[in-house]
Amino acid sequence: MGLLSKKDGKLISDPLLDNNPITIQVLGICSALAITAQLKPSIVMAVSVIFVMGVGNVVISLMRNIIPSKIRIIAQLIVVATLVIIVDQVLKAFAYSLSKELSVFIGLIITNCIIMGRFEAFALANGPWRSFLDGIGNALGYGLILVVVGFFRELLGSGTLFGFKVMGDPVEKTGLFALGYENNGFMVLPPMALIVVGIIIWIQRSRNKALIED
Amino acid sequence: MAVDTEKNSYTIIFSIIMVLVVGSILAGLASGLKPMVKANERFEKQQNILYALGVNNNTGANDVAFVSTDNVEEQFKKYITKQYVLQGGELIEDDQAYLIDIKKEETKAKNGSYERRLPLFVGQKDGKDVYVVPIRGKGLWDAIWGFVALDKEMTVTGVYFDHKAETPGLGAEIKQRYFMDDFTGEKFLSGEIYEGITVAKGNNDPKNNRKDDHKIDALAGATITGDGVSAMLKKDVKMYMSYFKTLN
Repeated sequence: MGLLSKKDGKLISDPLLDNNPITIQVLGICSALAITAQLKPSIVMAVSVIFVMGVGNVVISLMRNIIPSKIRIIAQLIVVATLVIIVDQVLKAFAYSLSKELSVFIGLIITNCIIMGRFEAFALANGPWRSFLDGIGNALGYGLILVVVGFFRELLGSGTLFGFKVMGDPVEKTGLFALGYENNGFMVLPPMALIVVGIIIWIQRSRNKALIED
Repeated sequence: MAVDTEKNSYTIIFSIIMVLVVGSILAGLASGLKPMVKANERFEKQQNILYALGVNNNTGANDVAFVSTDNVEEQFKKYITKQYVLQGGELIEDDQAYLIDIKKEETKAKNGSYERRLPLFVGQKDGKDVYVVPIRGKGLWDAIWGFVALDKEMTVTGVYFDHKAETPGLGAEIKQRYFMDDFTGEKFLSGEIYEGITVAKGNNDPKNNRKDDHKIDALAGATITGDGVSAMLKKDVKMYMSYFKTLN
């Protein structure tokens, strides 16, 4: 890695796998359940969180020496809320149908524990560049799981990806459906996201025994 | 320059400055983007009305595809020949009628003697006059709304439903093709009497072949949303009865 030193590179790669915010730290589960029924909202949510986390971590890091510690949580909240409102407004102006689809979930980014967690644990104690990398890394780790879950839930639940019918048409019985294949309607419902996340956690921990807690 | 960040005076000044900065950024952004957001909302209404009228970009059997935002204004002008506002039995032509906020009118009418302004859109589809009326009601979690297109005998030619927060996979299915398409051909009137259309369970007609029973097969697992659809159809379309009587 020419651009990043080894230490900085780890800030990005760690949260992707061995310290993933969803599967290892078990943070941000609520939004992972809510919006992963389809691939497209998952990706938009991931991108929005990457933006909010990247910029937010830098802003908090720049302000880390002037934020009074008594009100630091409030200051963090204001920064997240501002960024989220910016995302919401921009989506409403330029991607209206998408913002309708995501509706309250964009607002719910504010409550995403990963963001406040990284502000508190990392950005308040580190410089802007490292904070930026940490923010992007954690958001990517979060987004990765979102996309994987969204992929399987849309594929198995609705037989589509990005709305394209990759499995054939369930009504006209073409493609796989002609062979008697059926969509699993349960995949569309929130509990199934939990199970998919659970399976990912299982696979991850069985491949890397160091992650197993006693 | 060492500032004591733990002092109360510092904390207060810090919060004031932060609020001012953040407030102005957001205010600036919101007013900057407002025209685009407003335009999007306007386009959406036009798309919904056109969809109820049967003007859409559907290709597959399950598509709900609107006319694209690029030419929705043109299409709206082309297909919607007249827009009216019905207020207290009086009919006024108003080409901004589609911008009327149904929710606000509903609230205003609740308190006091205010006569609701009821928007009505007259369109041309396949050479026949079609009348599109907006409806609004309650689902399970939040508001549901839509547009119903009727011919002059109050037979449905098309509908569009939307919702704010119905359960995905259950109540949210009201905006799916298979549900909305069922309404086509159903009648609001039984003879001279206003019947409405009910989303009914157990009416033994899942393919909806009987078009004169005033019933639509309900969505499994979405009883409250279905009841909400029945209620809003019954209540809101009825307000236009006086107009439809003048047509025949």
